[in-house]
This record gives sequence, C-alpha cells and structure tokens, in this order.
Amino acid sequence: MSTPAIRMEDVHKYFGDNKVLTGIDLEVAEGKVVCVIGPSGSGKSTLLRCVNLLEQPTSGRIFVEGDEITDPDADVDGLRSRIGMVFQQFNLFPHLDVMGNLTLAQRKVKGRSTEEARTIARKNLEKVGLAERETSYPAHLSGGQQQRIAIARALSMDPDMMLFDEPTSALDPELVGDVLAVMKDLATEGMTMMVVTHEMGFAREVGDDLVFMDGGVVVERGDPRQVLGDPQHERTQSFLSKVL
Amino acid sequence: MATSPRKRAQRNRLIQYAVLAIVVLAFAVTADWAKLGETFFNLEIAAGMFPDVLVVALKNTVIYTACAFAFGLVLGLVLALMRLSPVAPYRWIATGIIEFFRGVPALVVFIAFQYGLPVAFPGRQIPGGTLGVVTIALGLVGAAYMAETIRAGIQAVPKGQAEAARSLGMSSSRAMISVVIPQAFRIVLPPLTNELILLTKDSSLVYVLGLSLATYELTSFGRQGLNTENNLTPLVVVALCYLLITVPLSILVRQMERRAERAR
Ligand SMILES: Nc1ncnc2c1ncn2[C@@H]1O[C@H](COP(=O)(O)OP(=O)(O)O)[C@@H](O)[C@H]1O
Ligand SMILES: [Mg+2]
Repeated sequence: MSTPAIRMEDVHKYFGDNKVLTGIDLEVAEGKVVCVIGPSGSGKSTLLRCVNLLEQPTSGRIFVEGDEITDPDADVDGLRSRIGMVFQQFNLFPHLDVMGNLTLAQRKVKGRSTEEARTIARKNLEKVGLAERETSYPAHLSGGQQQRIAIARALSMDPDMMLFDEPTSALDPELVGDVLAVMKDLATEGMTMMVVTHEMGFAREVGDDLVFMDGGVVVERGDPRQVLGDPQHERTQSFLSKVL
Repeated sequence: MATSPRKRAQRNRLIQYAVLAIVVLAFAVTADWAKLGETFFNLEIAAGMFPDVLVVALKNTVIYTACAFAFGLVLGLVLALMRLSPVAPYRWIATGIIEFFRGVPALVVFIAFQYGLPVAFPGRQIPGGTLGVVTIALGLVGAAYMAETIRAGIQAVPKGQAEAARSLGMSSSRAMISVVIPQAFRIVLPPLTNELILLTKDSSLVYVLGLSLATYELTSFGRQGLNTENNLTPLVVVALCYLLITVPLSILVRQMERRAERAR
C-alpha cells in the first residue's frame, strides 16, 4: 500500500477548556475524495485547519505524504504549498486583481518568473471557466466567481491535494452548481480532496468516502451511499434526518 | 403643543441666523477697520515678502515636514509591528517609545534633541544639520501617533487574509508584507494624512534649533518679518501659506473617507 496523502494519528485540539477534537484517527488515500459532514460546531473546520497547521493540534501527529507536519522541525511553509485550501469566505486578496491573486504566491513561494506564473495562472483560470476575468478585482466578481478564482489560485501552486471548507455555504443557491462542477472536474482528474460540505448530493456522487463528525470525534465513516442510505449510528441517523 | 414640529424647526433656524447676524454686526461696528487693515493686510509689506516666503520658507516647511513624515512612517510601521510581535520585550519597548513620544510635547522633544544630545554624546552630531534634527525629532513624534494608527489598521485586516496567504505557503513575514500591510495602509490612509497635516504645523517648532536665513521655515520667517516691519501682515501671509498646504490635504482626506464609505 502506498503512503496516504493525509494521515492523522490521535489528534486532539483544545481551545482552552473547549475540547474541539478528541482523538481523531483519519487517513486520506492518494487520489481519493473524502467528504466530511456533521453538525455546526462539531469541529469540521478545525479538523481541516489542523491538516495544514493553520491550527496547531494540542496533541497527536499529522502526516502529509508521509512527512510529519506536526514535527517541530518540519518545513511547514513547504508542506503547505503542497496543500491547496479553499475557504468558505473565499479570502481572495482584495488589493490585487485576479492575475495578481493567482501569481503572488507562485512568484514569492515557488520563485517562478512573472511570465511563467502568468502562463500557469491562465491555464487554471481556463480550467475554472473564468479566462476572461484576469484583470477584474475580487470586489467586482460574484461569490461563485470569487470561489472559482480561489480554487484557481490554490491550483496554481500545483498542490498534491486540496482542502475545501464549506466552499459553497456562502453562495447564493444559483451559484453553487458552477463551483461544485469545478470540484467534480478536479476529482475526476484524480486530485486528492478533503471536502467539508453540506452538499449531500456532491458527497454521494463525487465522494469516495464519507466521514460523519459529531462532538469532536469521527462517529461513522464509509461509502457515501451506504452512510447516507443506511447510517449505522444513532447520531448519524438523527443528523441526516434533519438535513436530508 | 400648538406649533407643529416643522414650524418649530423653522423658528429655530431663524433664531440661529439672527444670532449669527448680530455677532457679525457687533464685530463690524466695534472693530477699527482702518487700523485693522493697516496692521494685518498691508499690501506693500506683503509684496516685500515675495519670493522668499515661497522659495525659502514654504519650501523649507515642506521639506522638513516631508522628511519627518517619511522617517516617522517607517519608524511607525516598525513600532506597530513590534507592538504586534509575539516577543514580549519588543512589545514593551515599542509601547514605551510610543507612550513617551505621544505624552511629551513636541517642543520638549525638540529642546531635548538640541541641548540634550550634545551633552549625552559629546563631539557627535546628528548628520544633516537642521534637517537631520527636524527629521528625527519631529519624525519620532509623528511615529508615536502613526504606530498606533498602523497597528489598528493591521488588526482591521480580516484574519482570513493572512490565513489564505499562509495556506499558499507564504511565510508569516511574506504574508505580512505582500498581503496584510498593503490592505492596512489602505484603511489608515485618511488618518495618516491627518497626521501629515499636524506635522506640517508642528514643523514650526524647529525655531528652537536656532535658524539661519537659509533654514527659515514659514513661522520663523513670519516672526522675523514681524520684528523688522512692526506689523502683523507677515503673519497673515504665512498663515495663508500654511493653508495652501493643509486645506488641499484636508480635502483629500475627506474624499478618501467618502470613497471608503461608498466602498462599504
Ligand atoms: N480560534 C478559535 N478559538 C476558540 N474557539 C474556536 C476557534 N475556532 C473554533 N473554535 C470552537 O471550536 C468548535 C468547533 O468549531 P469548528 O471547527 O469551526 O466547527 P464546524 O466547522 O464543524 O462548525 C466551536 O465550538 C468553536 O467555537
Ligand atoms: Mg466550519
């Protein structure tokens, strides 16, 4: 068996007395799409943010392609540039135009020349269907367009895997489809993905694995069709009965 | 009860106009206009101040202010970053410097630089003569104010911005330089411009350094005119020169604030 893209070993995360993650063991195999569902406040975002160390776990170990990111001596910046992340609120850089958003980290982190960075940026803009918005500023784009730009920005770093934290939750319903379509294309191309979402249709159709979290632990994990169609745990059943 | 709110508002406005008219009238009747015109608006004396008031005094005021502002801005940014540093001693030092130079009158700072430094470091001098001393003394005062403004601006940039930058692999200093600080400066541009206006006026304190003809700025130039002419016209000319600098800046600030208001 090859090295998993992400491996979490007994990860705990406390915010003061608030025990947000209590013993997470989780693996994401290369090329797989793992969707994470669960009630609000169950620790889904925190889990995702631990993977690229935006949150420092209180204890436990996390490996990215076999390299331990929680090691105090780890090259965290280097590991992060292999992990793309997409946020609920897009977090595009408002002072830069679309091209600036896509090329900044390429130049400053990867040391690419402006020309090279622009070529790669254009390729990714095309991929998300926004080739004509190069010179637009984020404020002039719809939420759906901003989120697709954010995906293109992450892809421009040539990541080995992508983390999505409720990428469509801040969008008007009619814009959700465009973003999900881009994510589905990515999955088809074999990108390793960890997706926190409330889009059960996406989880069922695109996900290889479904993780249900509640109260800081993984309650149930399995094939999406199986977990959604025939949940084994009572907490999963009660959550799904509310959202489906 | 009997009067409608609209009638009452109308009456109030009428009273306000009446008060204004009475004050203006009283002033106009009691003032000695001939004497006033002669002492404040003597055209001959005013004409005699040109071109030096512009090519020497105004120019020096602009240079002193610009240098002090530039130095203060850089130092203010450094102090702001120190205030936000995870290293506690940096925070303490920055807080100390900021509180000291905000709490002490600029005049005292100037006097300290003029008379204190030669005592503390005998034989040494701040390079650049008068300009060097103004840049550092006035710059320190400006930096203390600007540091707090810039710190507030940095903290006003949403946390998600730095997180997005870090998630792309940027180091924390790279994220600060390329993502957070550019946005922070956009936020604090109006208050920084206000600080520039204050520094323009504070640059007049340079007089304690003892100036020569070539280093006169507007206020000292006006005072010299005051003494030789025994007339207040030079002060009026100088005041107008200050307004020439500060009013456009004020308008600029108001425009920036209005634009920020609309962008929200
Ligand atoms: N930076 C933080 N500081 C303190 N508490 C936090 C922080 N981030 C998240 N939490 C807490 O952690 C819990 C889980 O949050 P989160 O991971 O965002 O849940 P979810 O994404 O599943 O809604 C919540 O109780 C939240 O208040
Ligand atoms: Mg969340």
